[in-house]
Amino acid sequence: MTASLRASAGIVGAAESEIGAVPDGTRPIDLMAQASLRALADAGLTPLDVDGVFAATTQLSMAPLNLALELGIDARYTDATNVGGSSFMFHIGHARAAIAAGLCDVALIAYGSTQRLVGRSSASVQELDPWEAPFRPAMPVTAYALAASRHMHEFGTTREQLASVAVAARSWAAMNPGAWSRDPISIDDVLASRMVADPLTLRDCCLVTDGGAAIVVTSAERAAALRRPPVFVLGTGEAHSHRHITGMPSLTTTAATRSGATAFAEAGVTPGQVDVAQLYDAFTITPILFLEDLGFCAKGEGGPFAASGAIGPGGSLPLNTNGGGLSYTHPGMYGLHAIVEAVRQLRGECEDRQVSGCDVAVAHGNGGVLSSQATVVLGSAATV
Amino acid sequence: MRSRRTSGEQRRAVGVSEPTSPVAISEAAWRDGRLAYPCTADGTPVWPPRGAAPGSGQALVWRDSAGLGTVYATTALHARDAPPRNIVLIELDEGFRMMSRVEGLPGDAVPIGLRVRVQFTDPDSETGARLPIFTPAEVQA
Repeated sequence: MTASLRASAGIVGAAESEIGAVPDGTRPIDLMAQASLRALADAGLTPLDVDGVFAATTQLSMAPLNLALELGIDARYTDATNVGGSSFMFHIGHARAAIAAGLCDVALIAYGSTQRLVGRSSASVQELDPWEAPFRPAMPVTAYALAASRHMHEFGTTREQLASVAVAARSWAAMNPGAWSRDPISIDDVLASRMVADPLTLRDCCLVTDGGAAIVVTSAERAAALRRPPVFVLGTGEAHSHRHITGMPSLTTTAATRSGATAFAEAGVTPGQVDVAQLYDAFTITPILFLEDLGFCAKGEGGPFAASGAIGPGGSLPLNTNGGGLSYTHPGMYGLHAIVEAVRQLRGECEDRQVSGCDVAVAHGNGGVLSSQATVVLGSAATV
Repeated sequence: MRSRRTSGEQRRAVGVSEPTSPVAISEAAWRDGRLAYPCTADGTPVWPPRGAAPGSGQALVWRDSAGLGTVYATTALHARDAPPRNIVLIELDEGFRMMSRVEGLPGDAVPIGLRVRVQFTDPDSETGARLPIFTPAEVQA
């Protein structure tokens, strides 16, 4: 093992672009750059300070190149890791390693998508497995529905429990003026909405929006001289187990078991010490799996845990407090938006939805079809 | 890929060598009405098929499945203008898990645990391609 990187780096700037539905002609890089400039301004920095570029989007296969050109960055470290919606949690782990190794000082991590504007099918061309494609699965929802069916079969998880995840997300979104969907919904509303892929209805599925986000990561030493108190990176972990759903070793246990164990061990915290969790919610089954696999509850107990009220406002584990991918925004790859919300909670910027006494946050990303998993444990100055 | 491939008959007629890519081996077997799967030297099945054994990198051996299995996971896709269409994962008795569909039941009424048997679709009129699909084992003639 190498020396711990716990709290060696921090997030010193965080922002989102305009999100929701953007005007005709908007490019993905417009949103990525807008979010980046806002995040840099938040940190009191400019593109000239950046020497590490980390970016991914389904619409730009060499995203860091576009971003560096757009902003005028001379990068000496570049990382285009794209493993789906979790990419940005991977980027944080890679960025702090690069910073610790002296390969860059100021890392910009950015995302942008116009998938709502251009259509999801053209924004994210699905790369089908040759042994799956002949059966015409609609991806990614088919994969998540298959996993949900198996979870229901093995553990007795119910459609009502799945729906409770969407209801909790909407309860949080009602307190977030920036959320796409804010009208209250009930379990019955979720169950009665249009069936998409049994057992998942339209309201079990994430939104389709445009949007972008960015964060700035630098060393703890450099962070001390900047305008905002840093949010410290206490631990990270990454893992993946397959590309397509037929390659998934178990449909009910994800590689989050590994990414989470690594991140928590490094951070020196337990799930019980987490004040707020942002767990990627592409579909209602995903946070249920991650609650289990990250150790917030036992395997098989994710459904009852979600339905107990624990994850909603006032619950014991505030989850996806911006409203998540289900109700806040989901521009194709949501991971960086989850990180931004974790930063905002740790900074105490969340107004009506602010979780009191928030010192430890987890942002967990999922990519592909439960394929790539990365966990980031973040902490306030009190944790260092 | 499919549009450029000649049928099995044509390929043999012009003397093209035996298929070596896992896709080609698999599709050639389907044309013959065989559900072929690769396995390692100790008989462990590998799915999805690969070019070599994961981990060891050693050669894989292809065998034919007996075609009996159990529905492992199930969903039905609902389109606005068509009846529900099921997509399943089948655990074959040999120990590999593949995607397919079950026919002979309403699309949204395929339970996990159902015993099923493989069948092959009629050859595609242009490509000769056939697909392994499944029917409930109990009602098999």
